[in-house]
Amino acid sequence: MTVPLLKVDNLAVEFGPKANPIRVVDGVSFEITAGGAVGIVGESGSGKSITSLSILRLISEPPGRIVQGRIEFNGVNLLELPRSKMPDIRGRDIAMIFQEPMSSLNPVMTIGDQIGEAIKLHEAMTGEERRARVIEMLRLVGIPDPAGRLDAYPHQFSGGMRQRVMIAMALACNPKLLIADEPTTALDVTIQAQVLDLMHKLRRTLNTAVLLISHDLGVIADVCERVVVMYAGRVVEEADIRSIFRTPQHPYTRGLLQSIPRLDDDRDRLYQIPGSVPLAGSVKKGCPFYERCSLRIEKCMNKMPPMFSFGPDQRAACWVTASQADAKEKEAALQ
Amino acid sequence: MTDPIIRVNDLGKTFGSGMRLSLAKQADEVRAVDGCSFEINRSETLALVGESGCGKSTLGRLLLRLIDATAGKVYFENTELTDLPAARMRDMRRHLQMIFQDPYGSLSPRRTIAQIIAEPLDVFGLVRSGRQRRERVADLMTQVGLSPSFMDRHPRQFSGGQRQRIGIARAIAVDPSFIVADEPVSALDVSVQAQIINLMQDLQKQKGFSFLFIAHDLAVVRHIADRVAVMYLGRIVEIGPKKQIYGMPQHPYTQALLSAAPEPDPDRKGKRIILEGDVPSPKRVPSGCSFHTRCPIRQDICGIERPPLREVAPGQLAACHFAKPFPIPRPTSSQAVPA
Amino acid sequence: MAVSIEHSELPSPSLAPEPRALSRLGYELFSRTSTMFAFAVVVIFVFVAVFAPLLAPYDPLAQSILKINRLPSADNWLGTDQFGRDVLSRMIYGSRNSLIFGLISPVLAAICGTVLGVVAGYFGGIIDRIISRLIDLLLAFPELLLAIMIAAVLGGGFWNVIAVITVAFVPGFARVARASTLAVKQEPYVEAAIAVGVRTPVIIFRHVIPNIAAPIVVLMTLWVASAIRLEASLSFLGIGTQPPNPSWGNIIRDGLNNLFGSPWPIIGAGFAITCVVLSFNLLGDAVRDVLDPEISE
Repeated sequence: MTVPLLKVDNLAVEFGPKANPIRVVDGVSFEITAGGAVGIVGESGSGKSITSLSILRLISEPPGRIVQGRIEFNGVNLLELPRSKMPDIRGRDIAMIFQEPMSSLNPVMTIGDQIGEAIKLHEAMTGEERRARVIEMLRLVGIPDPAGRLDAYPHQFSGGMRQRVMIAMALACNPKLLIADEPTTALDVTIQAQVLDLMHKLRRTLNTAVLLISHDLGVIADVCERVVVMYAGRVVEEADIRSIFRTPQHPYTRGLLQSIPRLDDDRDRLYQIPGSVPLAGSVKKGCPFYERCSLRIEKCMNKMPPMFSFGPDQRAACWVTASQADAKEKEAALQ
Repeated sequence: MTDPIIRVNDLGKTFGSGMRLSLAKQADEVRAVDGCSFEINRSETLALVGESGCGKSTLGRLLLRLIDATAGKVYFENTELTDLPAARMRDMRRHLQMIFQDPYGSLSPRRTIAQIIAEPLDVFGLVRSGRQRRERVADLMTQVGLSPSFMDRHPRQFSGGQRQRIGIARAIAVDPSFIVADEPVSALDVSVQAQIINLMQDLQKQKGFSFLFIAHDLAVVRHIADRVAVMYLGRIVEIGPKKQIYGMPQHPYTQALLSAAPEPDPDRKGKRIILEGDVPSPKRVPSGCSFHTRCPIRQDICGIERPPLREVAPGQLAACHFAKPFPIPRPTSSQAVPA
Repeated sequence: MAVSIEHSELPSPSLAPEPRALSRLGYELFSRTSTMFAFAVVVIFVFVAVFAPLLAPYDPLAQSILKINRLPSADNWLGTDQFGRDVLSRMIYGSRNSLIFGLISPVLAAICGTVLGVVAGYFGGIIDRIISRLIDLLLAFPELLLAIMIAAVLGGGFWNVIAVITVAFVPGFARVARASTLAVKQEPYVEAAIAVGVRTPVIIFRHVIPNIAAPIVVLMTLWVASAIRLEASLSFLGIGTQPPNPSWGNIIRDGLNNLFGSPWPIIGAGFAITCVVLSFNLLGDAVRDVLDPEISE
């Protein structure tokens, strides 16, 4: 049994005053193996970004705080590390890229200096070596004429190019895990295709594990091997990529898959999930999807379902589909 | 046979071309929309698709004269809108309405839902008494799936999807014959987008207005469009019936757009046309065919001569010297999602 | 209608309750001791100004050769001035002038400034350029200097002083109004109103002004303090409230003649001005906190 690279176990994050906290992430668990690619998919308020920020302990305290759980990276619980040790982990072992390539780069520093700074922090190198490394990274992410662009400033790059620079910066120190929070959301479709293609290429060459946060199931399907579906701060389903798209077990996953417009279907109408996404932490008891669920039974209102196993690689938190699967299994056993 | 409600003739908009003292006059000009011509038929939905900066939103606003064109003409039922005096134009707005992208910004934060929805009714004197106004507002709220009991609330208390419903109610309040919807679902959560798309589709069927639906994503408009127009750098590069655009796109940019969108299907990873480079700045539109800098099938002529929109199949026009059908490979029914 | 049922949102019991602006104001006032103190000072100030005839022990104009330049005593708490007038009574009556000036000029200035600023910001172009240059011109002069200049031309007197202070304040309001209008004009809801067919004046009154009101109101509360201070300065310089009418400014001026005999008129009036100005400034901050949606939400 291999030790996973990253293991998040029963994580909970609260915001607001201690007396009346809002739990925006509750009982989230998942694992990433070395070189693996896991996607967290969810809508606004699902807690997916907070989960990713918690891993690097980037949640601003106050108002936020991690109230329970473990985040093990290579067997070390990051939540027990002294705060002063975290900067060593960030960038060197775990790197992160954000949605906004515009504001994530310092406008008054050259591209070369910014990537160089990331390297300088974690690796002892001479100026020459560092320069060569920066050029190599820029070439790797597909910036044309990398040596010539070293002294350019971020505003001289387009959005897609800036995201490439961000990726180069994140990968400069050969991290074992790359957390990408909506890396292509701000980009146009054709540019998104380029960036996704680049991520594939980098995974093949560098063998970096990827945790991809996105609301877009298409992007997730493209990059990931496993998927964690979050809704209102909880994991509602977790499975390998094929099971999620072929045999989704949580009604929310099913609804989501059916409601997204696709290029290749000729349905006259889209399937729709009624209602709106609940505010983070507004569901106090029972299944968070109860309000909008088409399969709901009375039990769902009062009792949060645990994660049931559906096959070796799939787990979902639903009372109804779990009992249906159970019944089916018994039937099969009888025959 | 065809009965166009909107006719657009060689429409253009250049920003920054006004009085200016600087010498770099030419360089500052942005050709947001350039030589667009098309028609929208009665009760038809035309989807306008393109990436950011292609001028699709500008084009939508030109049609409603929220900004003034610098070239070309727009006709609404044989009335030329482009040179109508301001007062007459305001009267025309009874027939021309708009749904906005940003459900958070497009509703005045200090006004109640009833006031927002009733505003067009008041402008055109369509309600006589306060009671009649409230009845009409309640009716409109029901039509868009909101409970009329929230009439006196303020927009900040509603979710994005609910706000977009309010925006739709405002647009249909005066029973317009033409509505422009500018990316109406792109700011919404995935699970709410389908609700709003279905709502607009049903309202359109029921009321029969014509619809210009602007989006950056071809998948979103698939269910709602009758015809699709694809824009690149201010120009329409391909326009045609939905079936042909999705099934047999002829312009290489349409083909790239269709194949670039990642499909929610793990078995179809990475089979796409990847365009090189970025969209050029609209300040420096390439010569000839504006797409030739990124085009996978370009030839020498493309940099010199601008291809006109020409008919490449019945009802389908493409602006490409080398337009040819390019069937998008589709596996047979990959849908295996249980209901 | 078949559509409505299918499209219905779920009944939303979780719709957030409407926050009341007034209750928030109340909360803001009493949650901080400094604002509570400021509020109390302002209430006392207004009370004194309104009931001056009942509170003042003497007629503020009554002169008496027998009581010239007295030190504070049980009869005259703050002593008397060079004409033998009771300083406390003059201060109490003087608060009326301060209150009237303090309120009328900022309100007038806010109205004029908002009109100018909104017109400049909304219509832009040549109108904007003319108004903006005019405002810049006025802003180039320190307000006190400007006030002295205008007063020198028009002479002293109640309405002239009000006109002077108003003109001195207009540019500030116009600037804020113009900047806010430029921001609000970019909001999608203004475009939405145009698209719906709303007329320009209605857009300005219904969609622009309510949304720029917050910074204007805040500026107004802050400038009540400045107006009181400016009136005192002008009166001190002899071009504000004309003697023998009392005002805090000319009490200080009269007191200067006898600074070393009895500093109490200066101390008393100076203290009153400081307290009231400080209080209005603190209140202005509290009002800003309530009205600013960034902070309150």
